[in-house]
Amino acid sequence: MIQMSLRQTLASASGPVELDVEIAIAEQAFVTLFGPSGAGKTTILRMLAGLTKPAQGRIVVAGQVWFDHQARHWLPPQQRSVGMVFQDYALFPNMSVAENIAYALNPLHAAQLPRLLEVNGLSALRDRLPASLSGGQKQRVALARALARVISSEPRLLLLDEPLSALDTELRAQLQDELLRLHREFGLTTILVSHDIGEVFKMSQQVFVLEQGKILHSGSPAKVFLQQQVPGKLQLQAQVLAIRKEDVVFILTLLVGQDIVEIIASDDEVATLHVGDPIAISVKAFSPLIFA
Amino acid sequence: MMAGIDWQPLWLTLRLAALTTCLLVLIGIPLAYRIAFSASRLKPVMETLVSMPLVLPPSVLGFYLLLAFSPQHAFGQWLEQYLHLKLVFSFAGILVGSVIFSLPFMVQPVQAGLQNLPPSLLEASRSLGKSDLTSLFRVLLPNCKPALLTGVVLSFAHTVGEFGVVLMIGGNIPGVTKVASIAIYDEVESLNYAAAHVYAGVLFVLSFAILLSVYFMNRRARTVWVQP
Repeated sequence: MIQMSLRQTLASASGPVELDVEIAIAEQAFVTLFGPSGAGKTTILRMLAGLTKPAQGRIVVAGQVWFDHQARHWLPPQQRSVGMVFQDYALFPNMSVAENIAYALNPLHAAQLPRLLEVNGLSALRDRLPASLSGGQKQRVALARALARVISSEPRLLLLDEPLSALDTELRAQLQDELLRLHREFGLTTILVSHDIGEVFKMSQQVFVLEQGKILHSGSPAKVFLQQQVPGKLQLQAQVLAIRKEDVVFILTLLVGQDIVEIIASDDEVATLHVGDPIAISVKAFSPLIFA
Repeated sequence: MMAGIDWQPLWLTLRLAALTTCLLVLIGIPLAYRIAFSASRLKPVMETLVSMPLVLPPSVLGFYLLLAFSPQHAFGQWLEQYLHLKLVFSFAGILVGSVIFSLPFMVQPVQAGLQNLPPSLLEASRSLGKSDLTSLFRVLLPNCKPALLTGVVLSFAHTVGEFGVVLMIGGNIPGVTKVASIAIYDEVESLNYAAAHVYAGVLFVLSFAILLSVYFMNRRARTVWVQP
């Protein structure tokens, strides 16, 4: 169980932003922090990992106090068993794949190295240097190293700072599956920072939507993104790619999953929409034509 | 002609440069680390003090060190009384002078090397449970080897080329403080150009060879770096 209450003034491109959040996360949950750049997602991960000190608040993980502003208590990052995957992976260029992972392993658990290489599909790459790896391979090493850090601890807390954002869609989907598999296999509590709705939907049981340092919504992705559930209708999560006027109607070009579709919309529906907005579309779900 | 040459000044120069470099590795690397990752408001002051020998005439530094080391002054008196150390006109004295004089040549490249590393490397190492000391020796320093090599070689080469500071605090005592650069001055003064030529030629070739090997090694290090 993780409980955080964090306050800090963040410097952003559009002036100072007040970060003020209360977050509770259950053990072994897969949680995402979703929101635009500069909303404070990464800062929350860094505060949990002990890399940034909040101005005020409290962090309690599994009954252990990691930070308490009032008691002037601050547990250094070395003493927090947190596996962090950095956005730039932060692999050590002087160490091979196996050495990078072994560096994170408690010497008592050195025997876990072959297993970590194996489950991440790195056995064949063990002696390669990070500079010679592809993006997806680097991501796997960073993940294996983070797992090595938490394998001997309880709870096993994994923090992922947009680790998939630099990869292409196909590889991304593949690594998302691997991540989910590892999450279950190792009984991890995972917090993922993402600004990809599809990823949030696929991966997490709980999502915190952040904007300007505040939590706007939280709950299951379905509840948060599909605000009302209508029985007998098919609801799709979509992103507006383009809005154009044709005769008397508007045509919306939408991204639904990996597919691009076009639908017709009326004046008043389009009035509040902008390109890039996430929307939910709902159509009647009975008597569809099904092709196999 | 070579038979009449006294090789002692050259040996003394090499000994001084080697010892100075060793001391600078011990002092300069921790200092560079402190300055590189300092969030203190005094950081510019530390950087200025380290860089002063770059701009000060060596005679100014030598003059102040001479005064400080002199037994007539409090510090020199204290050194002699409690540590039985006489730094004026002694090898230990020119060694201390050389360390101070060459300090920026060690600290600046190493500091720049450390600062150029992605900050996430140190953060990742800390987050993986490693102390700052372990992080420094296993992650940070191995990833700025070209900077370390540059620091070591520049310190050595700069000490070989030292003149003013050594002359001010060491004088010209054969076998003690008469290093090659001073021997050249001495031989020219007494119109013994042949000996001056030998010393000067050796220093010229030595400096050229040292610098050339550094640039070659750093170029190779960089090529290995970007290779896919």
